[in-house]
Amino acid sequence: MYVYDEFDRTFLEERVAEFRDQVARRLSGELNEEEFKPLRLMNGVYLQLHAYMLRVCIPYGTLSSQQLRALGAVARKYDRGYGHFTTRQNIQFNWIKLNELPDAMADLAKVGIHGLQTSGNCIRNTTTDPWAGAAADEVEDPRLYAEVIRQWSTLHPEFTYLPRKFKIAITAARHDRAAIRVHDIGLRLHQRDGETGFEVMVGGGLGRSPFIGKTIKDFLPKEHLLSYLEAVLRTYNLGGRRDNIYKARIKIQVHEMGAEAFAAKVEAEWAEIRDGALKLDDAALDAIRDRFLVPDLDALEDQPAELARALATDAAFARWHSNSVAPHKAKGHAIVTLSLKPVGAPPGDATADQMDAIADLADQYAYGEIRVAHEQNLTFPYVRQKDLPALWAKLQAIGVATPNVGLLTDIIACPGLDYCSLANARSIPIAQKLTERFADEARIADIGRLHVNISGCINACGHHHVGHIGILGVEKKDEEFFQITLGGKGNSKARIGELIGPAVAESEIVDVVERLVDTYLNLRTSPAETFVAAVERLGIEPFKERAYAPR
Amino acid sequence: MPLVKNGALAADPFVALDDDAALPDGPVIVSAARLLAEGPALVARNGEIGVAWPNDKDVAELQPFLSRLSLITLTFPKFRDGRAYSQARLLRERYGYKGELRAVGNVLRDQVLLMVRAGFDAFALEKAADAEVFGKAVATYSVFYQPTGDRRPTVRDARTAQAATGV
Amino acid sequence: MTSPLQRKLKISGPTVVTANRLADGVSVWLTAAGSWSETISDAAVGTTGDEVLRLLDIAHADENTAVGAYPAPATLAADGTPQPANLRERIRVAGPTISLPGAA
Repeated sequence: MYVYDEFDRTFLEERVAEFRDQVARRLSGELNEEEFKPLRLMNGVYLQLHAYMLRVCIPYGTLSSQQLRALGAVARKYDRGYGHFTTRQNIQFNWIKLNELPDAMADLAKVGIHGLQTSGNCIRNTTTDPWAGAAADEVEDPRLYAEVIRQWSTLHPEFTYLPRKFKIAITAARHDRAAIRVHDIGLRLHQRDGETGFEVMVGGGLGRSPFIGKTIKDFLPKEHLLSYLEAVLRTYNLGGRRDNIYKARIKIQVHEMGAEAFAAKVEAEWAEIRDGALKLDDAALDAIRDRFLVPDLDALEDQPAELARALATDAAFARWHSNSVAPHKAKGHAIVTLSLKPVGAPPGDATADQMDAIADLADQYAYGEIRVAHEQNLTFPYVRQKDLPALWAKLQAIGVATPNVGLLTDIIACPGLDYCSLANARSIPIAQKLTERFADEARIADIGRLHVNISGCINACGHHHVGHIGILGVEKKDEEFFQITLGGKGNSKARIGELIGPAVAESEIVDVVERLVDTYLNLRTSPAETFVAAVERLGIEPFKERAYAPR
Repeated sequence: MPLVKNGALAADPFVALDDDAALPDGPVIVSAARLLAEGPALVARNGEIGVAWPNDKDVAELQPFLSRLSLITLTFPKFRDGRAYSQARLLRERYGYKGELRAVGNVLRDQVLLMVRAGFDAFALEKAADAEVFGKAVATYSVFYQPTGDRRPTVRDARTAQAATGV
Repeated sequence: MTSPLQRKLKISGPTVVTANRLADGVSVWLTAAGSWSETISDAAVGTTGDEVLRLLDIAHADENTAVGAYPAPATLAADGTPQPANLRERIRVAGPTISLPGAA
């Protein structure tokens, strides 16, 4: 992972000092709330239903064991002993006090993390593939470029007060695990004639007007990454709408101008700056690449005896292995996903004790590195295959080995009305009831890949539009109702789900989901046809018919 | 409303003119509309001319006048409205404007360093107290990641220098 | 901030004014004495738009103690004390409806 140098550390210390001063000025009344709110937001501090919430940035989802322990310590010291991992590879604490926040930030800064730019109308944490650097199907490690973007976007003097928030995601793998097509800018790293570059997509996003990003450049040579991003951001900063908060994202600007006209404007701007100070020569990239600590992986063979024996003799281990372990680009190694979706628990939450235990396991078995996946799970990107049986037993003991990764109960959910001041309905209880209804591991394995996404309001933090089954909470006369969409996808073939009909009451939602799943099981051509493939083949009608049938 | 110029409190010699007011002697600020309509006559006048440029108008339109303008004010109707940061960088870095570039509107201490980095050198601060701490506010950070027209060394420069000296 | 132009407020029943305390974010309710209480039963109840507007004015003037003040519908218990009247406000009074991680 990237190791901060003295400049990065000094910057963070200065950020902590600045925020401490701003909090003091707010508490003394020198700053009013209108002035303070954007400042605290830019440090990741929200005011929710019951308390302040701190969102801590985990740059492109990469954590060291030491950083994870520091997060656990913050959870224990300043919060209620747990944190919530988000779809943007960050973590949130729900019960933090404003007057203690500067100390919490200072504690985090000691290990090189902070709430910087996790909210506000600025460039947010650049997200990427949680398997970056380990995936068998990647062109190059995308974290180098994510770090380049992190540095460029950190307190950018021109782009800190944009019309609205701005999210960039980057992937370098054949399978898009970063949902790049639903970001303000999606970058797909690929090669052409031996040269590395990016396909650039703009204007994707969810929320109340979901859009799939449009490609405005097929191939941007890597040395031009920052100048091109600066051209896009300048075009947006000057031309994005500021008259209506719901129309202020870049997706609306791209939609209203048309992707071609937008691309032309960006090209014209880029022509002026492409050979300027932002050009990334090899020395600039090497200087950052050199600060990435890449673990010195042991020379090992695939399928060691320890693994083969456990697979042959222990059915529970074998089930977990086939579900939660992915192939690695290095022989004798594997990528392990730690499910933060145990039956009956809030999706994405981890206690301080779990964080400490995971940090210890990372040191013992995973070269000290942890990733946060946008599905709200954690990943160990470097595990020796021979250690998998022992690691599994220890992950089980702390409740993070539910073999449901990518399956129905691996639910993405926002915090919903239990915490969030914007929500219209609760999300977590729905997720809990669904995981309880589908607690049978053999059953969800048979159902196969199925993404359920739940949002408690139209802002779509649970990404319901791209769930194979999307659930959106709405409020009618003080009752919670849920709209259901089918067929959404967040990957390289991204697609917005289709609404199947009227919203259903909270008491009915679990039954309706079960009927949708049963419909799929009845109609699939074979277990090889996934839920979403069946929806694509059949359309929503047969599902709709049965979902509402018993009413 | 205190004016801070080049880091120090300064008097403001400029007088803002209504579009139909006769031109007095001395430094004046005219509207964008008046500059564009009466430009050649205005800049030929023997007296300093400034223009109040709105944040939704392309600064490229100022190009013919830049060498004769002494002041351009760019506006932040709310500090959250950041269009003038881009305008400032374009004026300084692309069009080579050398005169006074003044931030007006909801100009607060928590944004002045960003404004300096974008090329502003004068600040019509909204709160008197912010003028007293102006020096402190622009010294909030010593580390900068982006190259901008203010020519402050960036982290990349510092790393290159460090590598060269082998420290 | 309430704009001075918005001087009319339609309410549909008993209404309290609630906010979050600046220093720690805790939910608080405006009392008849103009102070803030952590308990909704201490809240002053307005029953006309004008009464609630007056309470909101008091609340907004005290923005350095409690932020984001807004009117919230209430029901009245037999003894006249206010109770939260919708799900959102019930959650603000009683906390999340789920058991918190680590608490079990």
